[in-house]
Amino acid sequence: MSGAEKIAVTVTDIVPLNELVTRFEFKRTDGGLLPTFSGGAHTVVEMRDGDLTRMNPYSLMSDPMDQTAYTISVRRDDEGRGGSLFMHRNVSVGDEMTISYPVNLFSLDLRAKKHLFVAGGIGITPFLAQIKQLERFNGNWELHYACRSEALGSYVDDLTSHHPNETHVYYDDQDQAIDLVNLLDGQPLGTHIYVCGPKGMIDWVRATAAKEGWPREAIHYEEFLAPQPGKPFEVKLAVSNKVIQVGEQESLLEAIEREGVDAPYLCRGGACGQCETRVIDYTGNFIHRDHWLEDDEHASGEKIMPCVSRFEGKTLVLDR
Amino acid sequence: MTIQFNDETFRDDYSFRNSEWAIKRFPFPFHEDSYMYSVNMEQHRGGPEGSVYEKRFDVDEHYVAEMRDRAMVLADDPLRCQSLPHMTLAGWDLLELIMVSKSEDYPDLFELYRDGNNWRWVNKPLGIDDSFVFLDETTLPYGPMEYITRQAQGDFCVLDQRDDNLWMDAGTVTTQADWSLDFDIGMNFFEWHAPVPLAHEKGIFVRALKFLLNIQQGAPARRLNWTMTVNPLLDTSPENYHKWGIQKTTITPENIGAKQHLRVELQTFFRLPRSNALVFPIRCYLCNFQDLMTVPKWGRRLHRVIRDLPEELATYKGFIDNRPMMLDYLSKFDDGQPTSDGIWPDLDSEPPLKA
Repeated sequence: MSGAEKIAVTVTDIVPLNELVTRFEFKRTDGGLLPTFSGGAHTVVEMRDGDLTRMNPYSLMSDPMDQTAYTISVRRDDEGRGGSLFMHRNVSVGDEMTISYPVNLFSLDLRAKKHLFVAGGIGITPFLAQIKQLERFNGNWELHYACRSEALGSYVDDLTSHHPNETHVYYDDQDQAIDLVNLLDGQPLGTHIYVCGPKGMIDWVRATAAKEGWPREAIHYEEFLAPQPGKPFEVKLAVSNKVIQVGEQESLLEAIEREGVDAPYLCRGGACGQCETRVIDYTGNFIHRDHWLEDDEHASGEKIMPCVSRFEGKTLVLDR
Repeated sequence: MTIQFNDETFRDDYSFRNSEWAIKRFPFPFHEDSYMYSVNMEQHRGGPEGSVYEKRFDVDEHYVAEMRDRAMVLADDPLRCQSLPHMTLAGWDLLELIMVSKSEDYPDLFELYRDGNNWRWVNKPLGIDDSFVFLDETTLPYGPMEYITRQAQGDFCVLDQRDDNLWMDAGTVTTQADWSLDFDIGMNFFEWHAPVPLAHEKGIFVRALKFLLNIQQGAPARRLNWTMTVNPLLDTSPENYHKWGIQKTTITPENIGAKQHLRVELQTFFRLPRSNALVFPIRCYLCNFQDLMTVPKWGRRLHRVIRDLPEELATYKGFIDNRPMMLDYLSKFDDGQPTSDGIWPDLDSEPPLKA
């Protein structure tokens, strides 16, 4: 079986935070304790939606030391394929669900003299767990958090009341923006920067920090992509000797799994590299969307990340 | 079962002995009649009852004596145990992992009582009963990693994970096959493996690193590695090479069966939850040739493996000069009969040695 170990949980609390974001709390169905984790870790939540099994990664935002419950926050994506809509509309308190063991692709660098967090929107969630972890050990941190509006500022009140000196909030609709160049300029040596938010924000922070001379190792980022719908296509799986159809609303990885072929995965969001698959033959064009492969690998036509990437064309043969 | 702990030494008079029980469960590392490097990883989730694979951290008859030997090594050379400042949380992770595992797997030997962060740890074989506050170093006599690894057999490398690499940033290393924590501290995976011949060219380390970076919580892994040691020495370190290297010249056709030991490492890998570090315990098992030869399958196979091993590997593993004498001895236990697949002794099904 692929993916991380699974845990059977029960939904114990659902709290709508604002128009877009709802928080879910899970406890172990058998009453036992959940594993501890490190700030920045995510869990993959499995959703039984009729015949479909949706699996979406969500950052754990609860205190990593708290083994009684995990919490996640889910932003509703009306344009997406329906995972977040399912969570918002179909999940109720008392439901039994399956989640994965925590997996961390966005770990703190514990050598850092200071942790500088830059969050955009729902990208705040991994930082909530990291802040709890750092507070326990008197870590040095600072948060710069951009939200669309006060009404959509998830956890702003919590953060500003508990950590008034460390928290800086910026509202787009009030034309407030992070003065990044100045912010970076004032940091002590040994500071690490972490960014989580929309792709544009991640690119901006990475590019600005690089331009200002920050070492690559001191810049950390995480963005989970949701698979995008696209034109249906046909794939031949050479090892399992199957020809399968990938539907408009499903990812290539989901189609492979639907056919009973066990394929490795962890994050299902183009970040971890686990599902990397060798292309044996193709006639057509790849629609690469992952953060894992390098540009030259994308151009080579030799590899694809089936969790988020698609294909348009006549023939695609995979080593799976 | 209750384990009878041996009163034995790994130095000076070398009174170390394996009981018949220990010989039968010895982790013989060759699953076929030849050997070449491979990543050879499998999940570490138990194994046959009584085998070294059964528990998360195997405890055997050598436990008390091995811990005594470790204390002596650390007293002579404190740099065998080091932890860079950012690795303290990983040390607590390791302490928790070992205490929880041992108290669950060996309830007659170890007990752990937890009330929030107030913990009490009872280690009956070593006569320890300590109460302390979890995550508060001031309440333990040593740092958390040193405290618990003074009570656990095998070496422990605690590896930080960052920049898609692993870093040797903490460890307790006193039973090593000729490498030095003090030399390797702070190195990354490729740096500390640089001296290994042949494996780089085969791409072994690139694949191994990729595997290790993806080891997740709740899914530990394991593999075996091996070398040769003359006399039952745990501490075959570069720091003490002047003491043990010369002993390789004391082998004679008369004493080789008793003095020449196959040294096997059971290497396991666990993701540490609170720090996201990886712990790499390297547990050393020693068995001399004459005890190994009591298992006919192992006698046949060891001869064939040592005979056909590439020269680079016999050199790297430090027994190229003694190989002819080893083969003279081992060939007497190889009657040319075929051997069964796998590492297990298969005493009931494998034929005895033909006269």
